[in-house]
Formats: sequence, C-alpha cells, structure tokens
Amino acid sequence: MISAPDVVAFTREEELEDELCSEPPLPEEYSVPLFPFASHGTNPWAKVASSKFTRDFILISEFSEQVGPQPLLTIPDDAKVSGTFDLNYFSLRIMSVDYQASFVGHPPGSAYPKLNFVEDSKVVLGDSKEGAFAYVHHLTLYDLEARGFVRPFCMAYISADEHKIMQQFQELSAEFSKASECLKTGNRKAFANELEKKLKDLDYTRTVLHNETEIQKKANDKGYYTTQAIEKANELASVEKSIIEHQDLLKQIRSYPYRKLKESEFHPYEPDCALDQASVGCDQDPTTSDLAEPGEAHLCAHVPSYTPKLIKAKSAKCFDKKLKTLEELCDIYFFTQTLDQLHQIERTFRGDVCYLLTEQISRALLKQQIVTNFLFEDGSFLDEKPPEKQHRGCQGPSQDAIDRKCSEELSAPKVVISMGSYKSSVECVPIKMEQEIEDSQEPKLSESVTFEHQENLDYLDADIKGSISSGESIEVLGTEKSASGLTKSESQASLPVSPSPQVGRSKVGSRRTVSEDSIEVLSTCPSESLIPEDFKASYPSAINEEPYADEEEGGLRFAPQLNPDNTDEQEDVLKQDSLVQVDSACCIGKESPNFLEPLPVLGQKPCDEDGVVRIPPQPYWQAEPGLRGTFPSHDGISGGLLPYEADSRYLTGSREVSKSSLDECSDSTSYISSAASTCSERTPSPAHPACPASERHKRKAGQSALRFIRQYPFAHPAIYSLLSGRTLVVLGEEEAIVKKLVTALSIFVPSCGVYAKPVKHWVTSPLHVVDFQKWKLIGLQRMVSPAGVNVLPALSRYSRYVSILDADSKTLRCPLYRGTVVSRLADHRTQIKRGSTYYMHVQSILTQLCSKAFLFTFCHHLHLPINEREPEESVVSRRMNFLKLQLGLANEDLKIVQYLAELLKLQYIQEPGQGGVNPLLRFDYVPSFLYKI
Amino acid sequence: MLRWLIGGGREPQGLAEKSSIQTIGEEQIQNPYTELLVLKGHQDIVRFLVQIDDCRFASAGDDGIVFLWNAQTGEKLFELHGHTHKITAITPFSSSDASEEENHLILTASADRTVIVWDCTSGRQVQKVSCFHSTVKCLTVLQRLDVWLSGGSDLCVWNRKLDLLCKTSHLSDAGISALVELPKNCIAAAVGKELIIFRLIASDESEGWNILEVKRLADHQDNILSLVSVNDLTFVTGSHVGELIIWDALDWTKQASECNFWDSSVHPDVQSEIKLSQSPNETSVQHLTSDEECVFAAVGKGIYVYNLQMKRVIASQRTAHDSSVLHIEKLPNRQLISCSEDGSVRIWELREKQQLPAEPVPTGFFNMWGFGRANKQANQAAKKMQENIPMYFLELVGDLIGHSSAVQMFLYFGELGLATCSADHLIILWKDGERESRLRSLTLFQKLSENGDLQLKL
Repeated sequence: MISAPDVVAFTREEELEDELCSEPPLPEEYSVPLFPFASHGTNPWAKVASSKFTRDFILISEFSEQVGPQPLLTIPDDAKVSGTFDLNYFSLRIMSVDYQASFVGHPPGSAYPKLNFVEDSKVVLGDSKEGAFAYVHHLTLYDLEARGFVRPFCMAYISADEHKIMQQFQELSAEFSKASECLKTGNRKAFANELEKKLKDLDYTRTVLHNETEIQKKANDKGYYTTQAIEKANELASVEKSIIEHQDLLKQIRSYPYRKLKESEFHPYEPDCALDQASVGCDQDPTTSDLAEPGEAHLCAHVPSYTPKLIKAKSAKCFDKKLKTLEELCDIYFFTQTLDQLHQIERTFRGDVCYLLTEQISRALLKQQIVTNFLFEDGSFLDEKPPEKQHRGCQGPSQDAIDRKCSEELSAPKVVISMGSYKSSVECVPIKMEQEIEDSQEPKLSESVTFEHQENLDYLDADIKGSISSGESIEVLGTEKSASGLTKSESQASLPVSPSPQVGRSKVGSRRTVSEDSIEVLSTCPSESLIPEDFKASYPSAINEEPYADEEEGGLRFAPQLNPDNTDEQEDVLKQDSLVQVDSACCIGKESPNFLEPLPVLGQKPCDEDGVVRIPPQPYWQAEPGLRGTFPSHDGISGGLLPYEADSRYLTGSREVSKSSLDECSDSTSYISSAASTCSERTPSPAHPACPASERHKRKAGQSALRFIRQYPFAHPAIYSLLSGRTLVVLGEEEAIVKKLVTALSIFVPSCGVYAKPVKHWVTSPLHVVDFQKWKLIGLQRMVSPAGVNVLPALSRYSRYVSILDADSKTLRCPLYRGTVVSRLADHRTQIKRGSTYYMHVQSILTQLCSKAFLFTFCHHLHLPINEREPEESVVSRRMNFLKLQLGLANEDLKIVQYLAELLKLQYIQEPGQGGVNPLLRFDYVPSFLYKI
Repeated sequence: MLRWLIGGGREPQGLAEKSSIQTIGEEQIQNPYTELLVLKGHQDIVRFLVQIDDCRFASAGDDGIVFLWNAQTGEKLFELHGHTHKITAITPFSSSDASEEENHLILTASADRTVIVWDCTSGRQVQKVSCFHSTVKCLTVLQRLDVWLSGGSDLCVWNRKLDLLCKTSHLSDAGISALVELPKNCIAAAVGKELIIFRLIASDESEGWNILEVKRLADHQDNILSLVSVNDLTFVTGSHVGELIIWDALDWTKQASECNFWDSSVHPDVQSEIKLSQSPNETSVQHLTSDEECVFAAVGKGIYVYNLQMKRVIASQRTAHDSSVLHIEKLPNRQLISCSEDGSVRIWELREKQQLPAEPVPTGFFNMWGFGRANKQANQAAKKMQENIPMYFLELVGDLIGHSSAVQMFLYFGELGLATCSADHLIILWKDGERESRLRSLTLFQKLSENGDLQLKL
C-alpha cells in the first residue's frame, strides 16, 4: 500500500532549525526588489507557483469500499477555493498512504468480529506536480454495514506551502487529533445506537422465528423435521449467533468511553460524565440483559421511535446497498462540533507560515512573561483564553506563586489535561442543554491546547538542540529525521514524552532523493503499528495510560536535561530565570562596576549560569532567551559589551540604519504575509480566529499612531506622558477626531491590571481627580456652549496631573521629555508604512521596556537594604545606578521604567481574591511646557 | 479662557498676578505627597475625620454614615449605619484601662438627637442614647475621669456604660459650640459669645458626678467659634469677629488678646484693599491649633502664628487660600497644613527669616510686616525696628489639589500620609510616593519569599 519510495520519518526540532537556516541569508533590505512580473496574487517567493487552488483548505475523503477513494467535503466549502485542483486525484493520493489500512478488517483467527480501536495516523505528503502539500490525518469510523465494520476516512490540510505543513505539523496534528477525536466519539455513539437497533431487530426476528418454529413443531407431529423446519432452525441459530456477536460488539464499543472514564482525574467534567454514563448505563444495561427475554417494553420506552423489524439473518452484500454518509455515521451534535473544529483549524492556519510562526513564537514567549505581559499585551490575547488566564499566566502576579505557574506551564501533562477536558466535554456533556457552553468553550480550550503544546515542544526542542550541534544545516525536504521526533509528533495527542535516550538517539537517517514520482510522503506517523492487535482491541488507550501514569513527572522529567546542574531549580524555569539572575545581579552588584558583569546572564537560559553568551545568536532561538528575561537586542549585539554601551551604540551610531532595516524588514514581512501565501487576497492577515476585530483594531490603531507621530512634532512628550502614567487628555470639539487620536495613542498606554486599558475615549463632563486615577488617556469634549465652561477650569485646576493635547489648536501641554526610549518608539521619519507593522514595532519596544521594568522590580537589593545597617541612601543610589548604568536609561526614561515597575508591584502583590487593586494616582511635581506645532 | 494654553509655561502665573495669593507652581521639591488614593463611600459632605489608632480612622458627614478606613491601604473596613441625620460630632473613646486588650470605641452625635457608641473592632453599634432634647453639637471624653460629655442646649455627663450622671440646666437654644477640658476637673464650654466654666464634683454616691457652673466669661464680642487647650495652664478662644483671647486655665483670667489680625494699621501697604473686602467672614477665627510655643489661627483666608511668649503674631499669611481656611494643623517638623473652602490643602513651613541686608526680599510672600515691592522704605524701617527680634515667615512648600470642593478637615497620619475630607463626598489619602513604592517592594519580596520563590544566591 505504501508505494511511495520515500517514506521518511522526520524530526520536528531539526526541521524547524533547518527551516530558518535555509531561509535566504541576506538581510531583507539587500534582497532583490519584488518580482516585477508578478501577476496579481502570485507570490514570487512561492516555490511552487503552479498550485491550482487559491488558498489552503481542508479536505475530507473516504476510501469507499464501493467506489474507492472519493472526496467528501472541503472546508471552506467553496468551489473557488479548490479551483481546478483535482480533488478526486488527490483523495486517491492521500488515502493511499494510510498505514492503518492494512490492519483493517477481521483479524485472522478470531471467532468474533473484533473492533479495532485504531489510533489515527498522521502523514505529511507532498505532491509537487500539483503544487499541493498536505497534512493527512487518517482515521477509521465504525459502520455496521461496512466491511470489517470500519470505514477509513481522512482529513487533510492542503496547502501550497510545504513549509507550512512541515513547520506546523505539531499544531496541525494536535488540532486534527481533536477534531478526529470528536468525530470518532460521535461515531462511537452512533455506532452503539445502530448496534442497539440491530440487536432489537435481531431479537425481534428471533422471536418471530422461534414462534414459527414452535408453530411448525405443533403442526407437525410426525416426528421428523421437514426441510422447511430445518431451514428455520438454521436461521434461528444464525440469528442467535448474530445476536451474540452484536452484543459483543456493543460491549466493545461501550467499553471505550467507559475505560476512559476510569482516568477520571484527567477529566474536569468527570462528575457529569459519571452521571451521564451512569444514566446511560442504567438505561442500557437492562437492555442487554433484556435481550434474553423477548420483553421489549423497556426498549420501547427508551427509544420510542424505533420499532424493530424483521431482518434477514444474512445481510445483503455490500455492493447493492448505499453506504452511510459521513453525517449518518456520526452523532449529529458531534458532527457539527467536528466541522466547527475544522473550520477553526482552517481559520487558524490560513495565511503565511512566517506569520503563523511569529505569532506562535511570540505567543509562546508571551506566556513566559506572565508577570509583565498585562502591561501592554492587548486584551484580546488575554481574553481569548479565560480558562488559561485562570490557571496561570495572564493574571500573573495575582496568582500565588510564579513557580507553580511555571511548572504548570512547563509540565507537559497540562496538555493531557486540556485534551482530557476537551474530550470529556465533548463526550459527556448533555448535548442539548449545554450546547452553548460547549460552543463557547471549545475554541478556547483547543486554543490553549495548541499553544500549550507548542510551548512544551519548544522546551523539548530547546533541550534537544542543546545536545545536537546547532550548526547542522539540512535542506528542508531532505530532512534527517529521528525517531524521537516521530514519537513526539505522534505523541502529541497523548504522550508528553520526554526525549528518552533510547528513542531520541536512534536516528533513522534517510535523505529524500529527488524522485520521479510526484508524490512524496514526507513523514508518516503510524501511531501504534507496533502494538499487538489484541492489546489494542481491548485496551485501546493502553498506550495513553502509560504516559498518564507518570504524567506528574512528565513536565519535570526533561528539566534535568535542561539544567543538569541545579536540580532544585528545574521546576520553575521562568522564576529562576528571573530571580536567580536578578539575585545574581544583586548580590554581585553592590557596586556598580560589579553590576556590569552578570547582565548578559539575564538574557540567558538558566543553564548558562556562568553568564556568557556561548551560543552565537541564532535566528530562531535567540529570540527566546531575549524575550524571556530581558533585552533582545543585547543578546544579539553584545558578547562582552556592556549593555548600556550596546544600547547607546545602537541608539547613536546605528540607530538610523538599524531602525530602517527593522522597518524594512517588518514591512516586507507584512508584505509577504499579505501577498505570499495562497490565501493572500482574501485573508491578508490570517491571524487569530477569535479576534479578527482586535486584529483590525491593531491595524487601525497602528496606522493612526503612525499618522500621529508624523503629524505632531511633539509626539514624544505626549507618548512619554502616557508611558510614565501621567494622564493625557485629548481635548477637542469634534468627537471623531478626538476618538481617533485616543485610539492612536492607546497603544502606548500601559494597563493597570488584567482588565481593559485605562482609556476613556470620550467624556463630556468636567474631570475629577477620580478620573485621573481611573483613566490614563481621556478624550474630552471642549464645549462650545456656555454650559461647558467649567470643563476647562477643572482641567487647569488639575493641570499637575494631566498632560493636555489640544486637538483643535494642535498644542500640547506636558512635562519635558529628554529620554531616548520614546524616540525609538515613535520616530517621525520611520519607514514603517503599515499600521500593523508599526503596532508590532511598538509592541516589541514596549516589551523591551517591560523586561527592564521586570528586572528593576524584582531585583531585591535595588529596593531593600542588603543588611540592617545599610542606610536608605545607599539603596537609593544603587537603584539609580542600576537604572542608569545597567538598564541604560537616561533622564525621563527612568520614570517610565519606575512607573511600569510600580504597576508590576501592584499587580504582583494584589491578593488573588480582591477584585481590583485600589487604583492609586501617582504623580510628580514637575513643570509643564507648552508645545506648539 | 485658554489662558493656560496660550500663556504657555507655568500656568499659575496668571493666577498670581490677579490675586495676592501665594502660589508655588508645579515644581514642589519639598512636597512629599506624590501619590493619592481616593476613598469613595460617602454620599454627602464629609465633615469629620477622626483617628482611631495608628492606622485606622473614621470619617463622618452629612449622610449620617460613619466609615472606618485603613489609613495605609485605603481599605474600607466598616460602614456604620445608624444615624438618620447628619453627624454633628464624633470623637474616639478608647478605654485606657489596662485590664483588657484595648478596645476602640467611637462616639457619634447626630442631628437625629442620638449618640451612638460604635465598636471599631467589630464594626457594630454598641449602644445608642436617644434621650436628648436637642442636637448634640460637641462631644468630649474626659479620659482621666472615664466620663464623656455631650454638649447641646445643655451639658450632660455620661459614664462609660452610658448612664447619665448629671446634666446642667438649659443653657441656650443655640447650644454649646465647643467644649474643652481644663485642669481641676473643669470644663470650658463655648455658648454663643459666652465662655462658661463648669466643674465636675464627685457626688456622694459611688461613681457619681455633679456638674456645677463656676464662671461665665463674656469677653468676646461675637460668637466663639473655636476653643482649644494649649497646655495645662492656658487655653485659647477665637471668635467670629477675629478676637483671639488667651486664657489662664486655672483662674480663667484673660492673659492676652489679639483682635486685629485684620487690622490694617500694621499693614499700611494693603490697607485700602483690606478695608474694601473686609467682612466678618474674612476675619472670623475658624480654627485654632497650638504647640507649646505658638497658637496657630485660621482667620478668614489667612493663617496667623501667635507666639505665646512674645504675646504677638510672629508670622502670618494673610491670604493663604482663595477662601476661608477651615482647618489647620501643626506638624512636628515646623510645618503647618491648612485646608480651605477653595478645595486646596497647603503645606507651609515656618521659617526664620535671615536678615541679610543684601538679600532681596522675595516677592510673592507676605509676612506680617507687609514686605513687598510697594514700600521698600517702610520695609527698611521696620527691619531696623525689629533687629533683635527673630523674624519668621510662612513659606508655602507645597499644595495638594484633588478635591473639587471645600476641604472640610484633614488628618495627619505622620508617615502614613494625610487624609483629607471634602464637600465633594470624597476622602483623599495623600501619600509619600517614595515610601509607598518602598513598601510595595517590601511586600513584594515578602510575598515572594512566602511563596518560596526568593532564593538568595550566596
């Protein structure tokens, strides 16, 4: 069946690294201008321009026992999407690479038909002729009328971009597994129903036959049996046999969810499940026992609509009947769920791969910044995953302990848990009553699972990377794939496997040769082809149970490898990441010269305690240590450079260059993202399924902010006001103008908590001190009517708390700003043209600021004396030294970081129970100046 | 209207030009209060703030509700409901008996003619007295005798168990406006223009007291508005027309009096102006406070410092605020805080004037001798005259702007900050931002170490 010449395993982690190595080594600004002949929508970077479909889509196919492989449906369900692409042909291709297919059917030598609880297989497949690459997820559904009771299906994510398939393999696999699990659950339910009906039919038939036989017996007292009677008896016997078989099948199919129930600790909805299951059990167990006697009252009560009918003992041969459709095979609720899930997958993965990757990486990294990311990360990110917010992360400081969160973050079992919750929610929630809840929960859960997972893998990746030489460069397709990767990719549905030596080291190296055949199976993941059949049938989740058993250590197990030296610190990487480093900084740094040394450590992962950046910056991994702790730029620039030097050098000498390069880069990136991928025209920014609005909002805000900084020469002090927590009042007559300005400026406003940003778009009444406490950016109506006279006096009265931007006369009244941070943040000569790009630019600089604030906040000795006798003054001077020398902050920039640090402190010390921090207003007695255009 | 916009630069300049009020501008280096917390809860004017212990205070006002607050965190501890009308007097009533653990009580009197005793620890009403014929306008606790007094149209003496021990006859319809404890079991009560001295005499029965009117002093021309005790030997009264009388606390004789705070004779330069705007309100002694040396009087819009030894005003700020000063308080560090109907709170420092001839007279401050640009001559003359006497002036070191309406009262909590209450229904806690920041860091690291996240690398 597997005729493709190059079925090769592949490893995720190497793949990822290669990917980046194989990217054009030239910086973007030196790269050739855009392909001039590019017609609308074509992508000059696309390796395969010949794809016949316009964007990625999901294809569901079936290997029908009657007609062979056939496409069933596509998502999105739009003929335009697949275009001229030959779905039939492709269905054939994708169905032909199913590993499991060989195991389908009656296992030889078994008396009864046995159900194979076959795990799904996941295959990556490329068809260079068609320009199509696909992630193919094979699954089997049960059908009483099908051969061997199984019908092979597959779901394929088809894209023209092989990179996307390869790089998103984990995520695709995780998502499709969920969809598949949902579908299979529904199928099991439907199958069980079908079996019950069949049993009733058989039972009825048996009764009828029995009666007939009796009648015949009575009618015929000659002492011998007529052929007719023998025939009847045979028929009766075969019906009896059939009943037993079907009862067995029913038992088998029921055993599946029941067994899962036993792993109750992984199911948050367990009580529901139990109830549900129990009630189902109560309802159904009697039916099985009832089957012995003909009384059917109970059954009728249970399924009143069904009246059993007489059936023939021998079922019709398969070719003269119509096979069930996919909908019929699956409980309708679960079917819609699955479709929703698939739609969501499609939404999640649409767009260019670089966008997806960036998004994923930044999300994964953001999750590590649990303490600081409430400041500037937009609410949508935090809102999307309320469950997660509760468990860990975003509420950050309000959580009890960082380390617990971190270990949560780190520990792979989380994946299992969320998977479990997902499954159980799918399976066990009473369908009609909680459908709404279901709907709202499902995407979130799945979301969190993905990224959760991604992150775990990242850790694994990082781990493995450490052991493997990083210089290894491998072609994208010609990957060297190791079995560990295979295990992992397969395991993501279930196993949080730590890369154990036996598995991880045995590499199956095979290079893909350029083959004539247009089909290339890039990777296959036969999940359990090695598991004995019997074992599988009776304990399909046995494989799952293994990892479950020691899942508690799952997350910790690979920690030793991460950090072999300090075994006690492994559980909370982030925490020590911050604290240990911070402490090291503090302890060493009583005097400022000493301070200078440990800083590079800050950016590093805990394993390089000795503090020098040993690994040369790598495009992908460099980002992680940077964002985790501190300064992305420093990691790149400074080997032994003092951070502030690096900083200043960056600021003075290469500022323009680096900025413009950055801008170019981000611009072209965004260009690619809009033009490169197959889905370009329709969905320029693929983004986030849950928050298209916020995406648009970002773009708009970024665009307005760009306009603002270009238009107003005093943008810097205005932004400084916002960053330092001084309320900025935008005063104007016209609501639209004011609101636009407020929107633009809102991207610079640090949040005070996990709630919405302290921005008020439009106020018409005079302001009070309470407003400044609550809002940091206010749009205020300048009244034209005499009624509004008291608006301005109030403003001038509270002028010490506010900066005032007059949108009508284009003036700004606010304190002086002489720092450097804001000029990087808002350069009016910036080359950035797109709003979203600028938004990202802002976000990255703000993140840098946040990490400085984080460092500053959590350095013990910067705030508290080292010993009892130390006077407060020396602490103060140490603090100032740190800010100036270590963080390279000058003048007013200090106040920005100090303000952010205050917010961090407030957030951290806030008790979890309390609703919100008592908002307090901090201010300075500093003179304001009037800026005019 | 857009003065602050067009004028550019520092905004209050304009203000300074048009009135003689001293302003400080936006740069206030000595002002420690760089953080504020707005405490919301009251629904009407908040008139009283009273300290309960080191970190708690109670607020009360026209809405009849009493709130207990944590002065450090601004947390609302209790909301005490019981009065149906506005609250007219509030006083803490702490048991000094060392027998039990200290239990803090507060007494509140209301226009509904009741007095309620509250327990500050549990936030519950302990007892309620409602047998008054008139509104109780002042409450005083005589800690030494373990009794408390309520002053309305008559004066009643109560013990801790709220038994009425004795009462005076009906004094006046207007009632007692102020009470102060004097030595030898005496009490001075301000009733209209009169100052009445009462004495408590132990009655025959156990624990019983009788009250006896000892003397009536009618030296004031107008209603006595403020009455404070300076030390065991002296107490001071101030009246609506600006008379300040220093009394001997033992024999109730007039030691000294000052009745021309506003008298233009000592302020020749601004005489005409004063005359024009002069009105009883401008000169009424709203509030008095004192330390060992001086009495500080809030008179009209101004603040005056009267030295008890020298028996004269040593420093003054004739227009300290835009409108009447309602409350002043002396801080330990030679600073003075005043709050006013104009909604602002100002911090002053009493400084000794350096008499260096070369030093130009700073503009924009006004001492009692009326130094100003207008009359350098008089200035010089005055200087010569006063050569030997140390000269003081009040310098504005900071102002706190937050309330949008009259600041009724404030409570100084030392390093915990300052609580102000206002007619805008708000209480604002002003805090030293530096200190708060440090405290937060401390809390943060405590929390970290509690969670076991703090690992010091040694």
